[in-house]
Amino acid sequence: MSTYVIRRASVLGEQVADLLLEDGRITAVGTDLDAPEGATEVDAEGLVALPGLVDLHTHLREPGREDAETVLSGTRAAARGGFTCVHAMANTEPVADTAGVVEQVWRLGREHGYCDVQPVGAVTVGLAGERLAELGAMADSAARVRVFSDDGKCVWDPVLMRRALEYVKAFDGVVAQHAQEPRLTVDAQMNEGPLSGELGLAGWPAVAEEAIVARDVLLAEHVGSRLHVCHLSTRGSVELVRWAKSRGIDVTAEVTPHHLLLTDDLVRSYDPIFKVNPPLRSADDVAAVREGLADGTIDIVATDHAPHPMEDKDCEWGAAAFGMIGLETALSIVQQTMVDTGALTWARVAEVLSANPARIGRVAEHGRPLAAGEPAHVVLYDPAARRVVEPRDTASLSRNTPYAGRELPGRVVATFLHGRPTVLGGTLVEEAHA
Amino acid sequence: MIKHLLSAGDLSREDATQILDTAEEMLSIAKRPIKKLPTLRGLTVVNLFFEDSTRTRISFEAAAKRLSADVINFSAKGSSASKGEGLKDTALTLEAMGADAVVVRHHASGAPHRLAEAGWTRGVVVNAGDGTHEHPTQALLDAFTMRRHLGDLDGRRITIVGDVLHSRVARSNALLLHTLGAKVTLVAPPTLLPVGVEQWPVDTSYDLDASLEGADAVMMLRVQRERMNASFFPSAREYSRRYGMDAARMGRLADHAVVMHPGPMNRGMEISADVADSDRSVIVEQVTNGVAVRMAVLYLLLSGRQDHTEESA
Amino acid sequence: MLDERDIARALTRITHEILERNRDSEGVVILGIPTRGVHLARRIAARMSEVEGRTITAGSLDVTMFRDDLRLKPARAIGRTEVPEDVDGKVVVLVDDVLFSGRTIRAALDAVSELGRPKAVQLAVLVDRGHRELPIRADFVGKNLPTSLAEKVKVRVAEHDDADHVTIEGGAA
Repeated sequence: MSTYVIRRASVLGEQVADLLLEDGRITAVGTDLDAPEGATEVDAEGLVALPGLVDLHTHLREPGREDAETVLSGTRAAARGGFTCVHAMANTEPVADTAGVVEQVWRLGREHGYCDVQPVGAVTVGLAGERLAELGAMADSAARVRVFSDDGKCVWDPVLMRRALEYVKAFDGVVAQHAQEPRLTVDAQMNEGPLSGELGLAGWPAVAEEAIVARDVLLAEHVGSRLHVCHLSTRGSVELVRWAKSRGIDVTAEVTPHHLLLTDDLVRSYDPIFKVNPPLRSADDVAAVREGLADGTIDIVATDHAPHPMEDKDCEWGAAAFGMIGLETALSIVQQTMVDTGALTWARVAEVLSANPARIGRVAEHGRPLAAGEPAHVVLYDPAARRVVEPRDTASLSRNTPYAGRELPGRVVATFLHGRPTVLGGTLVEEAHA
Repeated sequence: MIKHLLSAGDLSREDATQILDTAEEMLSIAKRPIKKLPTLRGLTVVNLFFEDSTRTRISFEAAAKRLSADVINFSAKGSSASKGEGLKDTALTLEAMGADAVVVRHHASGAPHRLAEAGWTRGVVVNAGDGTHEHPTQALLDAFTMRRHLGDLDGRRITIVGDVLHSRVARSNALLLHTLGAKVTLVAPPTLLPVGVEQWPVDTSYDLDASLEGADAVMMLRVQRERMNASFFPSAREYSRRYGMDAARMGRLADHAVVMHPGPMNRGMEISADVADSDRSVIVEQVTNGVAVRMAVLYLLLSGRQDHTEESA
Repeated sequence: MLDERDIARALTRITHEILERNRDSEGVVILGIPTRGVHLARRIAARMSEVEGRTITAGSLDVTMFRDDLRLKPARAIGRTEVPEDVDGKVVVLVDDVLFSGRTIRAALDAVSELGRPKAVQLAVLVDRGHRELPIRADFVGKNLPTSLAEKVKVRVAEHDDADHVTIEGGAA
C-alpha cells in the first residue's frame, strides 16, 4: 500500500498539522512529521483538511438509467466533490428492494474504487407503498443496509410507516422519509405561494411536507424508533423537528445544498433546471433551514444528487423531470451559505457532511475524526479558490446543475479514500482502484 | 414594443394602448369590401397548437391571412400526453421551415416562455394560451371590447367572476386591466382563488351580489363541471346559485354595464341563457374584435423586428 | 426654405391648379396622407370650399399597412383612414408633404385600390426634393427643392407642430 504525507493542512480549519496516511489508516497527526521512505508528499498549505464527506442521499441511477448516471460516473463525481461514501437511493430500475440488487450496487462501488457505496433499501416492494420489502434480507446482505427509503415517494400509509419504523429496530435501521403528502401535491410543480399563482403552476404547499413530518415524529415517538427526514425544506418542518428533538424523539433531518441557497423566484424563468422535489422554497424558508442547520435541529447536509439526461430537462416545465445534480458543488454551497456567513465552523461542517451522516447511516468506517488510528478518508479543500460553474465540467453523465454560470467559492484539491487519492491536484486520479 | 407577447404583464400602458389603437384601425379594415392587406406578405405565421382550440386558432388564422401572411397550422395534440415529438423538436422543425412568428397554445404553463427563451426559434412568439398561466390576446380583445363600450378604462370597475385558479384569461385580464388603470375585482369561491392572490393588483370577494354594484363590466369565466368532483364546490346548482350570472343579477347592473364571457360558455352554469343572449352581452362582439386585436399584435410584433437595422427612405 | 406665407401661397396655387385640371369639383376626392399630408389636404379643401361656395371635406388615407419597408423599421403606429365619400369613378387627389423616393405614394396607390376604382388618381405635394426610386411624379408641386441625399427636409405645419415652415437640415452645406 502507498504512503502519503499531507503537509501543513489546516485540520478542520483550526491548527496546522501534517497527516501521515499509511495502509489505509491515519497513522500520525502532528507538526513536521518524519516521512517514511517512499512516501508521497502532498503540500496542503492553505488547505482545510476534513474527514471524507459522507452523502446520505445520492441517486446513482444504476441499474436501469445508465444514460443518466452509473455507479462509476456517480462515484467519480462524488470523489471530485470530496465524498468518500455515498448512500445510493433505492429508486432504480429494478428498485433496490431485494438483497440481490443492493449487493450489486454495493459491489460495483467497491470495484470502481472511487467512493464507498452504501445502498439504501426500499421500504416497500417496488416503492409501491403497499407492503414491506424484505428489509431484513437487505440488512443481512453483504451490503449491510441500514437506511431504508422510498425516496421519490412518500411512505404515505400511516400503518405501513408505523410497521417499517418498528421493524427496522431489529437491525438498528432507520427509515428515511420523503415527506410529501401525495393528495395535497397532485401534479404539483413548484412551491405553492404567490408565485405559483402568478405563473399558473400547480402548487406544492409547505403543509404537504409538514403534515407528514408531524405525523412521522409522533409515530417514531409512539413506537420508540429512529426516524430520518429527507431533504427538509420548509420553516414549519424545521420547527416540527426542533419540537420533536426537544421532546427527546429520535429524529434526524437533512437539508440539501440547493435548499440552502436557491429560492422559488428562479422558477419565473420556467427553466426546468430549477425543477426539483421538494421544490425550491421562499427566502424565509431558506433562512429557516440555515438556522436549523446552524443550531443542530438539522443534522446533516445531503446532496439529493439527481442526474437526468438532457432531454428530460430541455423541454417545457410541466414535462420536465424533478431533480438536480449536486455532488461536485455541495461543499462549495455549504461554504458560501454557512461558513462564509459565520453560521458554521469547519469543525461543524465536518459534523454535518461527514460524522453525522455516517452515524445516521451506521457506517462505522466513515465520518471518523482526523486522528491517528482512524481510517484514512480525508478531503483537502481550498476555501480561497473561486470558480464559475460550467455544466460540462463534471464527472457525472448528466449536466443538470442549477448553478451554471454562478461563481462559487472553494475547490476540492484532494480526496483520499482508504489512504489512496481519488482526486489529487484537483483532478480525478484515473484507475483509482487497486 | 416588446419582442414576444408572452404575458399581458409584459405590456406597458403605452404598448397596450398602441395595440388597442391599432386594433381600431384593423376593425375598420374588416368593414371594407376588400378585407385583405399586403402588410405581412412573404412572412410565415405558424399556429402551433398542442391543445384543441378551434376558436382561437381560427381567429389567429383569419388575422394572419387578412395581413397576407402565409399560415401553417400545426396541430401537435396527442403527441403531448404520449412521449411523442416534444415542444423543442417541433420548434426546431418550424425554425427550419422559416417561421417568422409562432402562435403557440400549450397545456403546460410557461411553454411559450421556453420557446422564446431557450433559443429554439428565432421567430416572434405569441402566447395563445399556456396551461393555467396566461392568454394575453384574450385579455387584449376583452379590453378592446370594453373600451369600445366604456371609453377609456382608467378608473373603470371590472368584476371577473369564476374559476380564477385555473383561468389563464383571468390572470391576463387582471394584469392588463390594472396596467390600463381599471379597478379589478375577482369574485370566486375561496377554493377557486389562487394562493397569494392578495398580492395581485386586484380586490377579491367571495360575494358576487356585493360586487355587482358600481361594476362597469362583469366578465364570467368558464367553470368546468368536473371541478366539483375535486371538491372545489359542492354542486353545479350551488355554484350557479352563488356565482352564476342570471337575469336577476343582470338587472342590478348599471345601465351602461356590459356582460362578457371568453367562451366557450356553460349555459346554465356560470351564465344563464337569457343573459348570454341579451343585449347586455357583448360575447359575439368579443369574437369579432378578437381578429382585429390579433391583426394588431401580429402587425406590431412582425413589422417592427429589431434584427433588421438597414435604413430606408 | 419656405415660411408661413410661402406655404400659404403654394397651397392656394395648388388649389387653383386642381380646380383648373378638374373642372367638375364634385367629382374630386381629396385624401391626405398622415400625418402632415392630412393637414395640408384640409387646407386645400378649405380653399376649394371658398372658391366653389360649398363645403368640401378632405379625407385621410393611411398607407402604413401597404409599405414595402415595414420589416426594416420599428413598428409604426397606424394612422386613420377616413374617406368622406365613395371613390368609385371619382378623381382622387392624394396630398402629401414631401415627395422623395416615391415609395409612400406607391403604397398609397395600393391603398386607394383597396377602397375602390377611381377614374383617376392625382398627386399634390408641398415639396418635391427629387431622388425618385420609382416612376412616380407629382401633378401639383408647391416647390421643387433640389437636395442631397445626406440632407433632411423638414416640413412643419401649425396644426401639428405649432408653426408653418420648411427647412433643410444636415448635409455638407
